[in-house]
Amino acid sequence: MSTLLDIRNLTRDFRLGSSTVTALDNVSLTLNAGEILGIVGESGSGKSTLARIVMALDLPTSGTVVLDQQDLFDLNPRALRKARRDFQMVFQDPYGSLNPRHRVGRIIAEPLHLIADAPKGSQRRAMVGALLADVGLDPEDQDRFPHEFSGGQRQRIAIARALITKPRLLVADEATSALDLTVQRQILDLILDLRRKHGIAVLFITHNIGVVQDICDTVAVMQNGKLVEVGTAKAVLDAPSQIYTQRLLAAEPRLDVIGRKARHRS
Amino acid sequence: MMLDVKDLRVAFRRENQPATEVVHGLSFSVKRGETLGIVGESGSGKSVVSLATIGLLPGTAQATGQILFNGQDILTLPEPDLCTLRGDKIGMIFQEPMTALNPAMRVGAQIAEGLILKKGFSKKAARAEALRLLNMVQIPRAAERIDSFPHEMSGGQRQRVGIAIALALQPDLLIADEPTTALDVTVQAEILNILDDLITELGISLVLISHDLGVIARITDRTLVMYRGAEMEQGPTEDILRRPGHAYTRKLLAAMPSRVRASLEVGP
Amino acid sequence: MNRLPKSLFIGGFITAAMVCTAILSRFWTPADPTGMNILQRLKPPGPAGLLGTDQIGRDVLSIIMSGAWTSLGIAVVATVIGGAIGIGIGVMAAAKGGSVERLVMALNGVLFAFPPILSAILLGALLGPGGLTSMVAIGVFMIPVFARVSRAAAIQIWARDYVKAARMAGKNDVLITLEHIFPNISAQIIVQLAIQTGLAILSEAGLSFLGMGVSPPTPSWGRMLAESQTYLASAPHLVLAPGLAIAIAVLGLNLLGDGLRDLTDPRRRQNT
Repeated sequence: MSTLLDIRNLTRDFRLGSSTVTALDNVSLTLNAGEILGIVGESGSGKSTLARIVMALDLPTSGTVVLDQQDLFDLNPRALRKARRDFQMVFQDPYGSLNPRHRVGRIIAEPLHLIADAPKGSQRRAMVGALLADVGLDPEDQDRFPHEFSGGQRQRIAIARALITKPRLLVADEATSALDLTVQRQILDLILDLRRKHGIAVLFITHNIGVVQDICDTVAVMQNGKLVEVGTAKAVLDAPSQIYTQRLLAAEPRLDVIGRKARHRS
Repeated sequence: MMLDVKDLRVAFRRENQPATEVVHGLSFSVKRGETLGIVGESGSGKSVVSLATIGLLPGTAQATGQILFNGQDILTLPEPDLCTLRGDKIGMIFQEPMTALNPAMRVGAQIAEGLILKKGFSKKAARAEALRLLNMVQIPRAAERIDSFPHEMSGGQRQRVGIAIALALQPDLLIADEPTTALDVTVQAEILNILDDLITELGISLVLISHDLGVIARITDRTLVMYRGAEMEQGPTEDILRRPGHAYTRKLLAAMPSRVRASLEVGP
Repeated sequence: MNRLPKSLFIGGFITAAMVCTAILSRFWTPADPTGMNILQRLKPPGPAGLLGTDQIGRDVLSIIMSGAWTSLGIAVVATVIGGAIGIGIGVMAAAKGGSVERLVMALNGVLFAFPPILSAILLGALLGPGGLTSMVAIGVFMIPVFARVSRAAAIQIWARDYVKAARMAGKNDVLITLEHIFPNISAQIIVQLAIQTGLAILSEAGLSFLGMGVSPPTPSWGRMLAESQTYLASAPHLVLAPGLAIAIAVLGLNLLGDGLRDLTDPRRRQNT
């Protein structure tokens, strides 16, 4: 397997008045083409800062992000624009990630702005329609507005938008956290399905260590901007070596001990 | 029976349209010291049920049926009586403690407020009681934190303050609507432990509303599963989770991460 | 469909009536608004004119009608000046952020501190009184209001994830402002435009009252008020007519603004 994404010694400091907060502290990670890497952490762990930097929406204080042999922060604006078609993102809140004034077709086609000779007119319409079908919606839905859809359907639209440039890397930042559990399951299945079909690699960022086993090949656990533990999903979840990972797993909701009295018995 | 809800129906009036019913004839009851979980996804009507139970439905809602709290019907009780009931006999814990707390008031004063107004505590006694409550919900260095403002605290600490306020007047019944949803998992586990200890110790009944079966499993004796405003099934939590009788409950369980589902099977 | 707010209807009706009156006055008035007739001076409402005549025998109704054109014209141009510059500054400040934003908003604050009448008098001293002075003076004092409102609205939209998605699509600040920011703040801006036009009518009347507005014989509500003060006891209709015209015009635009605000209130939209 070839390395698609190589994150090396990434540090990001934020200045807050006279003090400095290190949101990301010397983080190094790699992701192979077609693999799904889960980044697990609680609030303040730096996982969203990492996502923003990998998406080149923010600059690191130091360190590099190499995508497909290209150092993202070494590229001139033109080259970065060209590179952007290879990585796209799905956000947490399906209600805030779609412009309420645009029709679905326009929303999904937006990243085509990156491609100079992108198809137009009926060709573009067909392309958007095919993508809508791909994410389990009706091709004719492109003429509707976001408010006509449920949260899960909106997230499918957001995924279609992220896929239109045929990226090699998809970053999903808490992409299922705002959804109902049953809908969340459908979106996870969709991501797995797209990986199977298109061989797309996914950086799956989540606060929920429970879902990691169902979708990720490898897992990185983060705390306070630092990488705590990295390994295959099975290894990290079944035999966590770090205390913090063990704490996360212990805090996870369980179903084997039911009811409060059970706890007092034990 | 402390809380006895009989055939509760709630409909929302809409202008120039027939009213839409969002809760379709729900019945459940809670005994003293018992914990009931109401589980459902968005649009299930679970939050409407919690608002109805404390008599806080918006003006556009019409409710029929009965909500008997210690024999009094909350749906027909005049507002002044409801006001006495709320806080005094029924406490409420909200999902987002930041919006439930007054940002301009020190947390100690917010806890003391109800004690002074409703229980006739002196200022000094109320402050002492507030400190005792903050210690009870395990706020570290409570003597210092009593004079903090909500924004100076973490989400978990704010929720502890929310619990302290709800418990200050020693209610018989506590209603918690998604009390841990906005919190990190490790903090969620702590809050549930504190809640569990306190209601057991004080003999308070709890109605816990959540979308998360894991939270329901952790703290409730009985569970009511709701879908689109109707009851799918209810019974002892143990039975609901291990021997779900309804297809929707099975669907909810199937949507849990496989690790969590696996833990259900290894149970006793 | 939810019921539309009442204020929208009443305000819209008053404003439409005023616009129609102003336009009508360009083609037809009951009498020549500048035609003197000393024999018919200070007549109460009646056969000499529906609203009577003034101190030199002009038909009051005709002056009020032509005055509507003056007031509305100056108010609209002033609001367009203030709005165009203010909104431009506001959305730019929101897009750039950082030190650019701080500088722009600080300058704005300085401008905000000047009362409009004072800035008009200063400008009048420079340019001489007249319609242009009024437009520029009123327009300039509106810049900070529009800048603040549009910046606050734009900052909220900039924080949305769909703006991040647009950046992922390689779009620059200008394109994002045009495609994502403007369509989502337009409702708030339209509300502000209506309210500010009402305030501009009030400011124009104030300037004319002080002699800083349009020069005679162009009819103006503010100057009518000033000129008729002396006749308050003998011919109250002379004060009442322009006073009511100003009050009704401002009320109409304010109601329209309130109605539009209610219409675009997200809490209202959620209920539909």
